[in-house]
Amino acid sequence: MATESKAGVATTQVYEVYIKASPHAIWEAITSPEWTVKYGYQGAVEFELRPGGRYVGYSSKEMQAIGVPDVFADGVVEEADPPHKLVHTFRFVVSPEMKAEGFTRVTWEIEKVAAGFCRLTVIHELEGAPIMAGMVASKFSEMGTGGWAWILSDLKSLLETGSSM
Amino acid sequence: MFDDDPVFKALADPTRRFLLDLLFKHDGRTLTELESELSMTRFGVMKHLRVLERVGVVVTRRAGREKLHFLNPVPIRMIHDRWIDKYTERRVSALLELKTELEAKAWRQSQKPA
Repeated sequence: MATESKAGVATTQVYEVYIKASPHAIWEAITSPEWTVKYGYQGAVEFELRPGGRYVGYSSKEMQAIGVPDVFADGVVEEADPPHKLVHTFRFVVSPEMKAEGFTRVTWEIEKVAAGFCRLTVIHELEGAPIMAGMVASKFSEMGTGGWAWILSDLKSLLETGSSM
Repeated sequence: MFDDDPVFKALADPTRRFLLDLLFKHDGRTLTELESELSMTRFGVMKHLRVLERVGVVVTRRAGREKLHFLNPVPIRMIHDRWIDKYTERRVSALLELKTELEAKAWRQSQKPA
């Protein structure tokens, strides 16, 4: 994007975490519902791992209990290169306002950095989605849960110790 | 496992905390942009950024010819979980119980036939 403005650049968020696990284990934890129910919001996901395939983020029982619809997010897979790189569009469909913000883009990169260690990077391009940008950047609730930093540290904890926080 | 000692050391410096605050306000900045907010040489700012990058609280990405600096809150989050949570646990767990109870109640009510 040659014409990318400063404001455009600022709407991208980058998160990085080092995890003592294999690239394959991390890939599975991101893309398979058996794993996604164990960390973060603990909702199941559906990824059709091919360009043009669909992504669906399902709400956990806890989320549904507080009124979140069964499907809280959707998107389209743009690139799937297991276990290295996954790119998909992403929007929240919880409220009309969130839906109206349109699709953002999430890139997951898994890189082996040392014996047994991987670096997981999440790049979230949030142009034109201020509501989502606020939600993924910080706390969702007074309990301090929510956002990428929370999800990724919980994922790290799950893969390294076998239990989430 | 996560070694928090280097992160604490990196955060112990006021200039480095100031740099993190700058990125918190406006993420994805170049060295030149960050330098303009500090009365310090370019080399000095670069050194501080390198410390923050080494412990992972700042990550850089290339965008064309520019190197952009992003705040990565994950290591700070892990310090929070390890240290802050521990000492506020009792207060929080009481709140957590209340929250669970209220949510369960709301859920039970939503299950009742209208």
